[in-house]
Amino acid sequence: MNRLAVELPGLSLKNPIMPASGCFGFGREYARFYDLSVLGAIMIKATTKEPRFGNPTPRVAETPGGMLNAIGLQNPGLDKVLEEELPWLEQFDVPIIANIAGSTVEEYVEVAEAISKAPNVHALELNISCPNVKKGGIAFGTVPDVAAELTRLVKEVSAVPVYVKLSPNVTDIVAMAKAIEQAGADGLTMINTLVGMRIDVKTGRPVLANGTGGLSGPAVKPIAIRMIYDVSQAVSIPIIGMGGIQTAEDVLEFFYAGASAVAVGTANFVDPFVCPTIIADLPALLDELGIGHISECIGRSWKTGAHAVHCRA
Amino acid sequence: MIGHERMTVASQRLIAERTYELTLSGRLVQEMRQPGQFVHVKVAASADPLLRRPLSLCHIDHKQGQCTIIYRQEGKGTALLAQKQPGDTVDVLGPLGNGFPLEAAPAGSRALLVGGGIGVPPLYELAKQLTKRGVKVVSVLGFQTKAAVFYEEEFAAFGETHVATDDGSHGTAGRVTDVIEARSLEFDVLYACGPKPMLRALAERFPNRPVYVSLEERMGCGVGACFACVCHVPGSETAYKKVCSDGPVFRAGEVVL
Repeated sequence: MNRLAVELPGLSLKNPIMPASGCFGFGREYARFYDLSVLGAIMIKATTKEPRFGNPTPRVAETPGGMLNAIGLQNPGLDKVLEEELPWLEQFDVPIIANIAGSTVEEYVEVAEAISKAPNVHALELNISCPNVKKGGIAFGTVPDVAAELTRLVKEVSAVPVYVKLSPNVTDIVAMAKAIEQAGADGLTMINTLVGMRIDVKTGRPVLANGTGGLSGPAVKPIAIRMIYDVSQAVSIPIIGMGGIQTAEDVLEFFYAGASAVAVGTANFVDPFVCPTIIADLPALLDELGIGHISECIGRSWKTGAHAVHCRA
Repeated sequence: MIGHERMTVASQRLIAERTYELTLSGRLVQEMRQPGQFVHVKVAASADPLLRRPLSLCHIDHKQGQCTIIYRQEGKGTALLAQKQPGDTVDVLGPLGNGFPLEAAPAGSRALLVGGGIGVPPLYELAKQLTKRGVKVVSVLGFQTKAAVFYEEEFAAFGETHVATDDGSHGTAGRVTDVIEARSLEFDVLYACGPKPMLRALAERFPNRPVYVSLEERMGCGVGACFACVCHVPGSETAYKKVCSDGPVFRAGEVVL
């Protein structure tokens, strides 16, 4: 029995660990460090219809326990991803989750339809939560009706299950999650980055050329855990959790909160081997805690009724 | 090949104002070849500071199994690094990036090495390797002030070396370009590392000569995955180069400075 194997809509994962979108490019860089086939899946960098350069530099700024980024969805565009990046990834035995973004509804739909037909794309991740672009991105992810409508339209054209990536930059993430579930999403991925800013004490100006950026890394983990804890109790579709994961212990925390798989983001930048390390560490941790299969951990924090904590008013 | 190792601090000393020379021992040194490549250093095991620090290689010594990096204490990360004592270990990823092309300067040719401030260190290994190949090396090193000057004698061991300081407290008063002009320094190929305005000035002054520049940019991953350190390519809105993995050394004209 593979005690790490997880079944999700469109995805038969040999383990529930995958690099998060935007933190792994299209895999080429990390393939120099290890065989990407060890990964549960790969969430590739957000793809838009046309190539995008993104924002001016500086694009990253460090914060205690985290980092701000304002890359701005730089990517080579749909055609190049279909012609070069996805075929290159076919050499690995790993399902691809294609993150898609756009400035208009039409762009999202067009990219979704085309990329969902690629043979190794097993699911889409609808990016309605990028905080670093002026048009699109988060504009679709902060109003439930707008997010739901986009989800419905993308579902109509997609050849594979659709996961929607939620933004934490909302007042009520449960309302957002429910609206997206009702619109037909097959799963949720959460959380994207939190909008933040750093100001240079010498110049008095924001450090990032874009002014604001998205906060990621261990600093955001408690927020991700709380949001997954809330959302997983309110929806019946699975959640791929992300936000500051660095270790196998962090992975279990996300499962206990209600995630069915997890993505590792910023930690790849700190340690290129973090994903295979976590995968290797998980069995011993399960043994230590007397857990047979990792799926037993999903939602444990709220499923054991006596210990349920009601953090929502 | 890129490796990952906890390297051991062999020595660390203050060589100029807030400027440290750190020598590390480890098997990773055997992978280090090109001057201008860098290592990505995690200064603390904790999540704060979280990211690695890109530091260029100043000297590679395969025989001793040691490499030297020179850095200026600027923030929290370099302050922690400055506290490292001999015997301590440092988490190092590298060597990363593409260094200075040695083949651009054939034996017998004349190379001008121009460094500005904390951009000076990678030119030291370059001077060493070029000299070994029979290239005549002339170095021009620019610093803000006398207290910031380092490695003047070390460079002089490889050939004619000029120092400029902004405030005139040491060497020629002014900028590196003033020295090149005043001394009418001739060269077949120019290699430079330093602040962008300096690199831009050099590229503009010698538009028809082979000029290679090493860029510095804030980095995330250091391996080309995060797209933090991109720069534009002339004549295109969307084409780009990544400083960490396509560079940090580029031929002038290859990227927008």
